Amino acid sequence: MAALEVRALSVGYGPVRALHEVSLDVPPGGITAVLGGNGAGKSTLLRAISRTLGFHRGTAGGGTVHFDGRPLDGLGAAGVVAAGVVQVPEGRQVFARMTVADNLRAGALGARGGRKRYAASLAEVHELFPVLADRAGQRAGLLSGGEQQMLALARGLMARPRLLLLDEPSLGLAPLVAARIGETIRRINDTGTSVLLVEQNASMALRLASRAYVLEVGEVTLEGDAAELAASDEVRRRYLGVVDETAAEDADRAQESAPVLRRWTA
Amino acid sequence: MTTFVELLLGGLSMGSVYALIALGFVVIFKATEVVNFAHASLLLAGGYVTAVLHDDIGFWPALGVGIAGAAVVGSAVEYTVMRRYRGADHSVLAIVTIGVDILLTTELTRRIGTDVLALGDPWGDKLLTVGDITIAQTRVAAFVAAALLITVFLLAFRYTTWGVSMRAAAENPQTAALMGVRLGRVSLSAWAVAGSLAAVAALFLTVFPTPGLERATSLAALKAFPAAILGGLDSTTGALAGGLIVGVTESFATGYQSDLTFLGRGFGDLAPYLVMVAVLLIRPAGLFGTKELARV
Repeated sequence: MAALEVRALSVGYGPVRALHEVSLDVPPGGITAVLGGNGAGKSTLLRAISRTLGFHRGTAGGGTVHFDGRPLDGLGAAGVVAAGVVQVPEGRQVFARMTVADNLRAGALGARGGRKRYAASLAEVHELFPVLADRAGQRAGLLSGGEQQMLALARGLMARPRLLLLDEPSLGLAPLVAARIGETIRRINDTGTSVLLVEQNASMALRLASRAYVLEVGEVTLEGDAAELAASDEVRRRYLGVVDETAAEDADRAQESAPVLRRWTA
Repeated sequence: MTTFVELLLGGLSMGSVYALIALGFVVIFKATEVVNFAHASLLLAGGYVTAVLHDDIGFWPALGVGIAGAAVVGSAVEYTVMRRYRGADHSVLAIVTIGVDILLTTELTRRIGTDVLALGDPWGDKLLTVGDITIAQTRVAAFVAAALLITVFLLAFRYTTWGVSMRAAAENPQTAALMGVRLGRVSLSAWAVAGSLAAVAALFLTVFPTPGLERATSLAALKAFPAAILGGLDSTTGALAGGLIVGVTESFATGYQSDLTFLGRGFGDLAPYLVMVAVLLIRPAGLFGTKELARV
């Protein structure tokens, strides 16, 4: 049975339809990726799961979301966190005016369990990101982008989630830093936390994930094994930026046949 | 020289009371980004409860009930009114608080009428004399109580779980919600805290040398607005600094009024606003208001 089951989920922002009958499964213990361009509905999907659509005046038009067989639809955002599903928001969104240590404390606000549990989570997070222990007293707004992303991940982990929802964790990071974040996501997953990874960086997402979905204009257009998707022409051409040879030849031929337009098409 | 010191001490004492009011104002603003124009009526409500009850149950219990009462009124306003508008524009909410203020103040002034109610405080008009300096005991009590409350509040804000959720919600409500912070509770607790601080302030606004609680008391409470604004609306430190500045300015302007006759009478009431305008001209976000601090 899937840890997270989304069935025929539809979401709109006023008259604008953002998701249309989207269904997807996140199996327990795995990494599942959702790919898609800007405006495909990736963030909307996560908001619908974490019950924060209200902040964007979105409304669920139909469909269900279950986690471990329990419906999340009727809960508030805090209820979803308590159920074990925690979202790390897009663009990091660390509490810039608070210290790193207070950010981590804030992450544990929705967690059950007392001081012991908190200390244990903190120790785990510090082991995963030693830099956060060094910077504990510093304001989060002064960390570098990569460090802020680490803090955002760590803050999410403080609630001891069973399913982590990641919204574009590589956004705005240098390739090397993004790769390190990817590595960390894998390590988090190794400890038994399921991950739903939403990414525009398809090559990273497909490398990490075991299953993937492609979202286009609010609908799932492709789904399957991540490796298979990575090998498919459609995904390679549209999301991985790989131009195969025949396509290159096509382009050459097109240029030859219309040399006058060269300046404008280059 | 003695006049100067007495005025300074009196000003600091009044200032600490303004700081209590301004702090409540800032807490609500931080937690909900709403400018609460109903704050003065919360204060009046707390003072009124204390004034009505002190004859029957004694001063200290009455004060306790007054503080709790103002907290309840604050929470009730949040729960019955503000919550219905969640998600609405903050400026709309600010206007809604004006409506709430008019309702509450009208009812309270109807009850108070033309009376001047004593709050039955134990200090009365006793004076404290140290060397050449004479100051009313109420002023000392005000300063000590305000300093104590403000310290407790700031420690709680900094170190307790409540404080962390408050600050998280203040900085980014949506992300705080993703962390499992219940924004409704944060907002409710902000209104309750603001109410109880206002009730304490009500006591010290109405003790000697002021005759007692009357309709105009809510006007005195309005001086905390320039205090909060010149300190920076989203800064607790600013509320303290602003309160003290307003208190001292007012005290000096009133005390040296005879030297300032060319300005006409009642300059003391005006001075805090002048200071506010002067500060805002130089620092538009207030003395301690947030200028964005971020590295991307």
